[in-house]
Amino acid sequence: MVLDVAIEKRLGGFRLDVAFAGERRGVTALFGASGSGKTATVRMIAGMSRPDRGHIRVDGATFFDRAAGIDLPPERRRVGYVFQDAKLFPHLSVRRNLDYGLRRAPAGERRIAFDEVVGLLGIEGLLERRPHALSGGERQRVALGRALLAQPRIVLLDEPLAALDAARKAEILPFVERLRDELGLAMLYVSHSLDEVVRLADDLVVLDGGRVRAAGPLVATMSRPELRDIVGVFDFGAVLEAAVVVHDDRYALTVLETPGGHLRVPRMDAPPGRRVRVRIRAVDAALALDPPVRASVVNVLMGRLTAVTPELGPGATARVDLGGAELVVAITRLSAERLGLAPGVPVYVMIKAVALDREEPARPRRRAPDRA
Amino acid sequence: MLTDAEWEALTLSFRIASVGVACALPFAVAVAYVLARVRLPAKTLLDGVVHLPLVLPPVVMGYLLLVTFGTRAPVGGWLLETFGIRLVFDWKGAALAVAVVTFPFTVRAVRLSLEAADPELEAAARTLGAGRLDVFWTITLPQALPGVIAGAITAFAAGLGEFGAIITFVSNVPGETRTLPLAIFTAIQTPGGEAQALRLAMLSIALALAGLALAELAARRIRRRRGG
Repeated sequence: MVLDVAIEKRLGGFRLDVAFAGERRGVTALFGASGSGKTATVRMIAGMSRPDRGHIRVDGATFFDRAAGIDLPPERRRVGYVFQDAKLFPHLSVRRNLDYGLRRAPAGERRIAFDEVVGLLGIEGLLERRPHALSGGERQRVALGRALLAQPRIVLLDEPLAALDAARKAEILPFVERLRDELGLAMLYVSHSLDEVVRLADDLVVLDGGRVRAAGPLVATMSRPELRDIVGVFDFGAVLEAAVVVHDDRYALTVLETPGGHLRVPRMDAPPGRRVRVRIRAVDAALALDPPVRASVVNVLMGRLTAVTPELGPGATARVDLGGAELVVAITRLSAERLGLAPGVPVYVMIKAVALDREEPARPRRRAPDRA
Repeated sequence: MLTDAEWEALTLSFRIASVGVACALPFAVAVAYVLARVRLPAKTLLDGVVHLPLVLPPVVMGYLLLVTFGTRAPVGGWLLETFGIRLVFDWKGAALAVAVVTFPFTVRAVRLSLEAADPELEAAARTLGAGRLDVFWTITLPQALPGVIAGAITAFAAGLGEFGAIITFVSNVPGETRTLPLAIFTAIQTPGGEAQALRLAMLSIALALAGLALAELAARRIRRRRGG
C-alpha cells in the first residue's frame, strides 16, 4: 500500500472526514471544487496541520496515528510538497533552492540525482539565477525539482498549475508527465481542473464537502453517477483509453482506436501507436436505435444499454457498454420512453465532440521502484 | 582637526553605541520573533514593556537602570560581588543604557520584516527536511535580514545620540562615559565653550546623516538582490 489515509478534522464549521488508499505508484488525483477539503487533506499528509483523529501512512511509514500517538514532524515525513505558487526561497539561487532538500535527505536514500532532475525539467540554464528573475512557469519547474530532490516518499502537488495561464500550463504539463513516467514515484495531485486530472491521473479520489464521494481507477471513476453532481451536467462524461491509428490529412482528422471502435477526432500531433485519453461528455453524445444515415455526425459507435437512470427534471442518463468500455449519454426521459430504452437494448451512440485530454507516451516506467 | 578630548568623545560614542546595539541584537531578534510568530496570552504586555523605553523620558530610564544596576542595587550588587563588574561610571554601563534605550527600534524593524515574510516558505523548508532551528537560521533569519540591518543601523544612530539615560545612569566621566552628546552638554556649560559645542554638534549631524544613508543603502542593496 503506497498511500493509506483516514483522517478527521474539524475546521471551524467545516468537518473533514476523508479516507482513501492508493495501491500503486503513479498519479492519484485528489479532485474537487474549491472548499471541498483537498488542500486541507494534503497539508495534513505533509504535517503542516494535525488531524483530530485517524491515521496517515505513506510507503510503509506511519506519518500520523492518533491511536498510537504517532505524529512525525514535517521534516521527518519526506514528502515533496509543490505549492500553487512555487514558494522558492527568494534569498537563494535556483541551484541552492534545488540543493536545499537534497542536502538534508539521508545519504542512503538519494536515488534521484541532481543532474537527472535538472535535465528532465530543462532548467540547466537557470541554475545561477535568483527566483525573482524567473517566469511563473520556470519557477514552478524549479519548485518541482526542489521537491523531487528531497528524495520524497511521495510528491504532493497542491494545484501546481492553478496560478498559471493556459500557455504556462501547457508548458509545465509535459514535465509533470515526464516525472510521472520516468521516476516511478507516487504522486498525489490536487486539482479542480478536469482536464489536468484526466490527462495525468491513474487513480481518482473525488472530494465534496469534506468527504470522499468516489474513488478508484480514473477511467472507471469518471463516469460514476456521483460525478454528475460534482462536475456538473455539462462536464459529466466518460473517458476512453485510445490509440492513434492513422492521420487523415485531407480532412485534418486523426483516427483513434477505442474499445468501442474507431473515432475520428481533429488532427492530433502524435505518431500512430501513441496512446491517448479522450473524454466524451454525456451532453455531446446521443442515441439512435437504427444506424443513422445521412447525418452530419462522423462518429457512431455501437453498444448495448446497461442502465437508464432518470434525473431530476427532464433528463436521464443512459449507460452504454461498448464491449469493455462504457459511455454515458445525456438523454431526455421523454425519448427514453418513446424509444423504449431499457437495459439490454442495442444502440448506436452518435458522438458530436471529443475532448482530447491526455497524450500518453507509451509508458515503460524506466526505473522500477526499488522499495515495495 | 579634532582635539584629543573630542576624538575621545567620538571613539567612545562609537564603542558604546556599537557594543550596546550588538549585545541587544540577538535579544531583539528573539523578542521580535516571539511577537511576530508565537501565540501568547501576554503578548500585549510584552509588546508594551518592549516599547517602554520609547515613551518614557530617558531620565526615567536612566534612573530605573541606576536602581537596578547601581552598586548597592540588587542586580548591580550581585554583578559586582560575583564577577567584579561595576556598571556605574563605566562605559559598559553606558553601553547597557544604549542597549535598553534602542531596543524598541530594533524589535520594531525586525518584527515588521518578519511579519512581511511568507510563513509558507518556512512550511516549505520543513517539508524539505529542515527542523525548526534549521529553518530559523536558513529561512527565517535571512528573510528578516533587511529588518535586522535597518534596525541595527537606526539603533546605532540613536545610540550615538543618547544623552538622558547615560548621564543619569553612569554620569559624565571624561574618557569613560562622556560621549559626544555629553561632551556637547559639557561644552555648553563651560564658559567660552560655544565654538566647541558648535563643532561637536556639526559632527553629530554628519554622523546621523551618514547613519541614515547607510541604512537606506543597505536596504536597497538587499531589495535589489531579491528583486522585491
